[in-house]
Amino acid sequence: MAQVTTAERKSIFSLFNLIAFIVLGVGVYLTYLRFSGGLASVTNLSDYNPWGIWISFDLLCGVALAAGGYVTSSAVYLFGMKKYHSAVRPAILTGFLGYALVFLAINYDVGRPWRLPYPLVVQQGTTSVLFEVGLCVATYLTVLFIEFSPAAMEWLGLKKARSLVVKLTILLTIFGVVLSTMHQSSLGALFLIAPSKLHPLWYSPYIPIYFFVTSIIAGLSMVIFESTLSHRFFAYKMDETHLQEANGVTLGFGKAASYVLAGYFAIKVLGISTENHWHYLTTGYGIWYLVELLGFVALPSLLYAFGVRTKSLGLIKFTSVLAVLGVILNRFNVSLVAFNWHLPSSERYFPHWMEIGISVFIVMIGLVLYRFIVTRMPILYEHPDYKDAH
Amino acid sequence: MDHVFYTLQDFMTYTESVTYLLVIATLFGMTLFWLFLTGGKNKD
Repeated sequence: MAQVTTAERKSIFSLFNLIAFIVLGVGVYLTYLRFSGGLASVTNLSDYNPWGIWISFDLLCGVALAAGGYVTSSAVYLFGMKKYHSAVRPAILTGFLGYALVFLAINYDVGRPWRLPYPLVVQQGTTSVLFEVGLCVATYLTVLFIEFSPAAMEWLGLKKARSLVVKLTILLTIFGVVLSTMHQSSLGALFLIAPSKLHPLWYSPYIPIYFFVTSIIAGLSMVIFESTLSHRFFAYKMDETHLQEANGVTLGFGKAASYVLAGYFAIKVLGISTENHWHYLTTGYGIWYLVELLGFVALPSLLYAFGVRTKSLGLIKFTSVLAVLGVILNRFNVSLVAFNWHLPSSERYFPHWMEIGISVFIVMIGLVLYRFIVTRMPILYEHPDYKDAH
Repeated sequence: MDHVFYTLQDFMTYTESVTYLLVIATLFGMTLFWLFLTGGKNKD
């Protein structure tokens, strides 16, 4: 860690800081507009299109891309794959920040955000899928916070509290897997209520399963992608163990992602078959569907496989970007592109630039927080006082 | 009355048949893909 001090004391007028300052400044102003003027002042949302990119990107993509936490922790703590241990803390941190930002974004999207706790205390509405999603996300955010807390406690020197929380690791991991299985699939189940609004190629009775499986793909790929970025920008914070295990993590997660993508491709094709929707594939929407299925599911599966066979880390890292983009494309297709497909184009939704601005603002908050935490807390290295204490 | 119309029975017979064939192809395909994935320089 000797080189930490020199690297940490770089000028605050870096390119990243400058961009972050501008984005956060604009974001604060847009936040003021949103909460002073209401949804109509910053969005193109309407009664036809009550869900825009804050749902498509911030919520659906945010939750899927934060799946690395449960995927990695279950691989290490439940399946005993200790060789991936160094990937757990970065993945948990990414997951925790991802879910925290989903919660933040929901406050922008819900018309009366102060009523967000209502499902918990006023009206449960237990037959609503959205209730289950809300309850799971709230609970899982708490679980992720507790799972993340040992790193913060090591940083703050809270040894007793840390030792108590570490004893809960297995229990928290099981909670994480159960809650994630429930709400990742339920986010897809939200669309079961709208068979006439969602294009038949994307609508399926199996859509909860599709959402859950793609969350695993997103989680595995995000761990590889996030690890690539960390090596690029925070290599000076990594200890020997982290650096040694990094290639194994990339290869192992690449192999898993390849096989899950292949399985996902198979169940998607079977889904078309069970509904006999082959004839839609020759339409405009069908071609777009094939772009998603072949270009962002089949192709990354094969590229991952070639990368794993030839131990080409560069190819695996490139493919992780493709796979992440594929999951984002899928969520956008389901919730925006193929949704309300019967409506004339004049009634279709296109996001206002301020909606995009607030989404970028929220992502930037995540990047700044990630950097703040990674440069201070033992995320990419083991704290000297707790070596091998896992 | 020479017009042919299809019943739910026809639909189910057709779709189930195609799906069962695809399931069998998937089982073989996933096995072969696993062998491909774990081959090459990846044997450790």
